[in-house]
Amino acid sequence: MDSYKQKPLAFLSFGIPSIAWLLLFFMLPLAIIFMYSFGENVSVVEVKTTWTLDNYARIFQPEIMTLLWRTLWIALLATVICIVVGLPVALVIATAAPWAKAWLLLLIMLPFWTNLLIRTYSLLNILGTRGRLNEFLGWLWHKANDFLVFIGAGDLGLLGTKFVAFKFLGTPGGVVLGIVYVSLPFAILPIYSSLERMDTSYLEASMDLGAGQLQTFFRILVPLALPGILTAFLITFIPALGQFLTPELLGRGQVDMVANVIQRQFKGANDWPFGSALSLMLLYITFILLALRAFADAARSRRESRAL
Amino acid sequence: MAMDKVKRHRNKRKPFEYSRKWSLRSVFLMATVFLYVPIVVLILFSFNNSRRGGNVIWKGFTTKYYDKAFHNEDLMLAFGNTLTIAVIATIVSVILGTFTAILLWRFRFPLKPLFEGLVSLPIVIPEICMGVSLALFFTKMGWLGNTSDVWPFNLVNIIIAHITFCFPFAAMVIRTRLQSFNREMEEAALDLGATEFQVFKDILLPHLKPGLVAGALLSFTLSLDDFIVTFFTSGPNTVTFPVKIYSMVRFSVTPEINAASTVLILLTLVLTFFALRVQRNSDVVE
Repeated sequence: MDSYKQKPLAFLSFGIPSIAWLLLFFMLPLAIIFMYSFGENVSVVEVKTTWTLDNYARIFQPEIMTLLWRTLWIALLATVICIVVGLPVALVIATAAPWAKAWLLLLIMLPFWTNLLIRTYSLLNILGTRGRLNEFLGWLWHKANDFLVFIGAGDLGLLGTKFVAFKFLGTPGGVVLGIVYVSLPFAILPIYSSLERMDTSYLEASMDLGAGQLQTFFRILVPLALPGILTAFLITFIPALGQFLTPELLGRGQVDMVANVIQRQFKGANDWPFGSALSLMLLYITFILLALRAFADAARSRRESRAL
Repeated sequence: MAMDKVKRHRNKRKPFEYSRKWSLRSVFLMATVFLYVPIVVLILFSFNNSRRGGNVIWKGFTTKYYDKAFHNEDLMLAFGNTLTIAVIATIVSVILGTFTAILLWRFRFPLKPLFEGLVSLPIVIPEICMGVSLALFFTKMGWLGNTSDVWPFNLVNIIIAHITFCFPFAAMVIRTRLQSFNREMEEAALDLGATEFQVFKDILLPHLKPGLVAGALLSFTLSLDDFIVTFFTSGPNTVTFPVKIYSMVRFSVTPEINAASTVLILLTLVLTFFALRVQRNSDVVE
């Protein structure tokens, strides 16, 4: 590596374009919403920065707190489902025959390259009360009911008298399902890469010392895959918090998340200062999560170096 | 007896053969079905011969909605805009990404960790923050896709926005590729009288090529995929394909949307295929 002093001209010609771009089109816009978040509307399109804290105070209103709470638990639930489903999927790929690995990975990642809007729209077709999923569930219900009649338990009405279609659209359940759908491939990738690198002799040692399959799984494999699982958590949870399309299309305006309310401040309500404060709120949460991750990494490497 | 023991030992499953377990295999299968069924249904129903509520009941095969989509002028304009934006944003992103990658790989300079953090920030920041901040920035600067501007200059603000979130990804990919570059080649060339620029053009760039292609494909897909940032930075007359589809979906769900989506899915498939080819070729060279 050269010092920038040795070849100042080369350094500047490689450095200036990207630094200038980031300052002008990334930092300056962020600075603008930072200023706006301390501002007040003086007329319809004019905002004056008065360094008021009102916009941040408004976040603590009951309805915004409810909104934040809903955003948090929907994102959290979707992330946990992604990881619980993603871990076995990643395990299958990581332990498959070498020639099959690339294909299985491609199979999982291919939908991820499809446009996010199109994937959300494709779910819209499936999730309606008369959609494919309810059709399938109805079919399952009839089969199960036939089976109950067959074994003579038909009169007990264990499954209810008739199939009631599930309501997915406009319910939190549908939104969670939508977020899981769009982020599952992304959650699988980091878990897979941490499993790929794993030293399998630990697992063999555990089995040799008399632990069962399940014990080995939960006490050896999961802790070893933890860095990957943490990464999967972050890269699923952070975008999930800012999800706009899924609640907008699948929530039908009844399951708003933060992003929907932010969008309304800019297109409609015209309350830019409050919208800026809300979106910076999301940014601060992101920073806090990333900082926690960095602390956890530092603590881990310290522990490991002490153990050696 | 001995045979029996060997057999039992062989049958005992070794750890880490999880891909052989039926329970895990079925989770994998269900996840795959879950990921693919909605897309397959979407494609199938683009051929459904039904005007309203076309996505509920199958009413026979037709390709007329493809015809309709291709003759929908607004939709085709949006499609053209999306491709134009993606191509320009990709070219600029690869150039900026290369510069950034070389800068980070080659030089020691003060505040380097800060710069690294700044470059990776657009990757981690929630999309909506970026959309909102750029929207306000363009409003403040008065750069709102003017109707009077000649194409493609009316798309400039969307292109700028796309470059801002694409080039850090391109830089990341290209930087990975740079790590395998042998700097002795550079020194040898300089000793033999090559200029700095010749070294860059004839030695560094050819080595970087697979990284550049990978970075370009990544930028292109990211640009094609983006909805949020475009949604906030586009004006009423500068609509892109996803934004157009979004407004159509809000209005009503028709097989025409399915047909248009299928075309975009095919385009993505072709791109992925090329990306894999490039990757495999560069692996073979190595």
